[in-house]
Formats: sequence, C-alpha cells, structure tokens
Amino acid sequence: MPVEQLAVFLENKSGRLAEITKVIADSGVNIRAMSVADTADYGILRLIVDQVATARAALKENGFTVSAADVLAVEVPDRVGGLARILKIIEEAGLNVEYMYAFVNKSGDSAVMIFRFEQMEAAIAALQKAGCHLLSGDEVCGM
Amino acid sequence: MYWQKDFECMPEADIRALQLNRLQKTLERVATHVPFYRNAFTAGKIDVKAVKSLDDIRRFPFTCKQDLRNNYPYGLFAVPLREVVRVHSSSGTTGIATVVGYTRNDIVTWSDLVARLLCGAGVTADDMVQIAFGYGLFTGGFGLHYGCERLGASVIPISSGNTRRQIQIMQDFKTTALVCTPSYALKLADVMMDMGINPNGLSLRVGLFGGEPWSEAMRQELNQRLGIRATDNYGLSEVMGPGVAWECEECNGQHINEDHFLVELLHPETLQPVAPGEIGELVITTLTREAFPVIRYRSRDLARLLPEPCSCGRTFRRITRLLGRSDDMLIIKGVNVFPTQIESTLFAVDGTEPHYRLIVDRENNEDKLTVMVEVNESIFSDSMKTQKALIDTIKERLASDLGVGVTVKLVEEKTLERFDGKASVVIDNRKF
Ligand SMILES: [Zn+2]
Repeated sequence: MPVEQLAVFLENKSGRLAEITKVIADSGVNIRAMSVADTADYGILRLIVDQVATARAALKENGFTVSAADVLAVEVPDRVGGLARILKIIEEAGLNVEYMYAFVNKSGDSAVMIFRFEQMEAAIAALQKAGCHLLSGDEVCGM
Repeated sequence: MYWQKDFECMPEADIRALQLNRLQKTLERVATHVPFYRNAFTAGKIDVKAVKSLDDIRRFPFTCKQDLRNNYPYGLFAVPLREVVRVHSSSGTTGIATVVGYTRNDIVTWSDLVARLLCGAGVTADDMVQIAFGYGLFTGGFGLHYGCERLGASVIPISSGNTRRQIQIMQDFKTTALVCTPSYALKLADVMMDMGINPNGLSLRVGLFGGEPWSEAMRQELNQRLGIRATDNYGLSEVMGPGVAWECEECNGQHINEDHFLVELLHPETLQPVAPGEIGELVITTLTREAFPVIRYRSRDLARLLPEPCSCGRTFRRITRLLGRSDDMLIIKGVNVFPTQIESTLFAVDGTEPHYRLIVDRENNEDKLTVMVEVNESIFSDSMKTQKALIDTIKERLASDLGVGVTVKLVEEKTLERFDGKASVVIDNRKF
C-alpha cells in the first residue's frame, strides 16, 4: 500500500532544483509530485516519480545524495471539508504527520495528498478503517 | 606474544629507575661529545650531574628539526664516524635534509624494538612479510626489514611502488603480513578490485601500518576490504625510525618503548605538561642511542597518553594513535582546536570517513568556527525534523568535545575539494 518516495539533499544555491529536474527528465522519468522543505542553508526535495529505480540511479550518478522512504498517497474527496475529515481521522488515531504535500494530478474527481507518518502500519490501519482510499504505486504512476 | 618480556613487562618503578639511569648517562654523553648540546647546557647554566629525577628533564632546552638542519650533516653525532655503520636521512619538503647515524649497537637495539612491534601485531617466524615501505635513506624499509630478520620472519623486500607487481607477488609468494602506509594499503585494495582479485583468496592476515596519521574508520575499512587485522605503529627518523611505539594484540593504543625513549606530552604553545588524557605534542628523548642521541626532540606529532594499564600485561605506557600535527592547531576564542578532534567526533556521529572543512572567521572581534560537512546517505533524511536533530547532535558533540561553540553546515556530496595526503582542511579568514 505505501508508495515509494525519493528525497534529495540540496544546498540553497540557485539553479540546483532546475538541475535535478533536468537529470530526471533526461533519464526518461516523469515527476508526479514534488515538494521542497528548506532552511536558510539547505533543502530537502521530495519526489514521487513513475520509475523510482531509474530516477534514483540517475540522481546518484550525478552526485546527488538520495534516500528512499515509504509514504501514503491518500485520496481526498474534492469537496469542502474533505481534507479536514482526513486530518481528523489522523488526529484521533494519535498519529504524527512528519509532512504532507499535494499531488498535481487528480484521481478521478478526488485530489491526492502524500503523507509521511512516523508509524506507517498504524496509519494504514486507521485510514483504511475510516474508509479512506490509499493509492498503490501503480495507481499513482497511472494518474 | 612478547619479544623481550623482561623489559616489556618490567614493574613500573624499575622502568622509571632504568629511565633515570639511562637519561643521566645520555645527558653526560651529549654534554661531552656534542658541542651543540654542551653549548646549550652551558648557556642555560644546566649541570647534567644535578639530574636526580625524570622531571629534571624539564630544565633542558628543546631540540627542533631546525637544529638538526643547522648541524647538517654530522654535527649532532656523538661518536666518531668510524663507529657509525649506517646513516639515514629525511629529505623534508622544505629546505635542507636531516641526517641520523647508527652504531652497530644502535642497529641491534632498533632491530629488537621493531621485533617487539611485530610480536605485538602477532607476527611470528612463520610469517612471510612483504615490506612495501621504501628502502633507502627513509627509515621505514630497513627498520622493518631488520626487525623481521631479528624475529626470524621471512622478508620480501619489495620496497614501494609498482602496485600491480606488489599484488602479483602477494599472490604468488603467499604473503601473510603487509608493511606499508595505511593509504597505500587502501590503494592496494582498490587495484586488487580493478584486477578482479578477491583479497579473501590471498594469504594476507595482518597489516603493519605506519608513517602517517590514520583513523579508526580507515582501520575498519582495511580490515574489511583486505580481510586482515590492521595494526598501527609509530616512529620517526629523527629519534630512530619505526619502533618508538606500537600496538599490541589489544589494538587499543600504542605502547611506548619506555626503556629506550623518554616521552613527554606537552602543550604545543605553553610547552608545559598536559593533564593525563589530554592531547599533547610528543617530545622525545632517546635513552640508549649511541650515534645520534637527541634531547627533548619536538616531534610536532599529537597524541594522548592512555594512563590505564593494558590487559596484554605489558607495563610500558600507551599513547593513542597519532591525532595530527601541532602545526595544524587552531586557536578559537583562546581554545586549542585540532582538526583531527573534529574528524573523530564526526566519525562517531556518522560512522563513515567524514569529508569536512573548517572555516574560521572573526566577526565583531569574536572568532567564529564553521564546520562544513558533506552529506551522505547515512546521515541524510527525508524528514526535516530528523535532519535538524542530526545537525544539532553534531553541533552539541563538537561543542562538548572541543570546548568551543561551532556552526555546522551540511553541504552536498563531493563538493568539498579532495586533497592527496595531509593537506589542510582549514580555511582561516582571520586577519591578525
Ligand atoms: Zn598492550
């Protein structure tokens, strides 16, 4: 059920983000979602791509430091209060969200949010119990 | 396994008594036979006959590399040249070379001291020892060679260079022990990989490495990649060559051959003894050298004294591995900082050989130390919380180990320039 996400370390130097996206594009991989968390000195770029292994190899070959982690892609009904409901489920289950970001494309009529939890198994159980749809890696790539 | 158990396991009080006796003789001999020392002692109004304890050594002046150069080539020899059977010389990257001499007895002593280090590393008469140190004016090759023969091990005197041939011979001659610098051992491992040779298929089992400072991380890497037990030994040509201090089978600090050397650990600036366990410069007085005795030689090498007894049973005190050179010392807000301290702290956090750079600035009349550390997969996290926590850990550990606050900056992998050998990792922007 979890989706594999890549994270890349980048110094806050102009043009680094563009270089990363170019490396990925040149390897024939599509970026499905991305987010950057940054401090004054450095940033962490998180990516959902359609070919994880290829992208990872291309980035490493170009000298980037890459790590992979499991995240959940959660379908969020595209109506008022849709996200609020999911956050409430998470809160009531006592789960800690490390970070979250939105998917660019939609899954049918729904938006998709990426969540990174500290306790992955508990998060899957709680979300599924509440009837949320978690997208598989294949579904994410097909969007 | 001991080589000279009577000395190596001598009771502490007996060692000190022997040291004092030999120190008194050495001082009298240099005062008689070496004008440089005689003049220095006279100028300092020091009477060698008044030396009654080992602490009295502190009244004597230091000998520096420059003193050796000033007396090039034979000015500091304490015997006539006809009694000298060997000379060695260190070129030195700057200026004039230094020359040291050995009598027949000096060579015998040296061979015994190297045999001790070989025994400590577990080498026996059954071993086939490949000596990949340079033979020649450098003391490394011949020092180990004579020690091996004294012990009865078989020597392959291949000398340095020609890496592929080294590996071929290692394979064909079934080398069991390798003598070289640790960085050359890593190169051998790399070239073996290129040649498609699996080190586990070789007979190699022990490495005797010295000649340059190296880290625990490097030891682990060498152990793993070459399938050996890598051991450390210390020496310098100005006092003899290899065999001044060496690791026993515990691989936890190097025993000083205290019956032949009096070693002080001094603060490089104040030149006062450091507290036990603190980093200090090794200042060495030879106790038995005939041709070339030296008094309080400033090695510029840094180490710590390990005051606890060693479980191997030897009573000679131990020093840590070399922690760097006193020339590299930085003074930050009045605190002495050595780059190697930073290296070992980073290694403790990171678990890999760290790539780092130190930047010193002065802002508003206050020193500011920034440590730039290259990120790598083992310390990179997709979580900002984890990443910040790691940087904070590095910062706190450095601050507590160094005694001075630092700023830590993570930078991308392979962006800090790589240097060959002992290049400085410090960028000091302060203007004095
Ligand atoms: Zn020991």
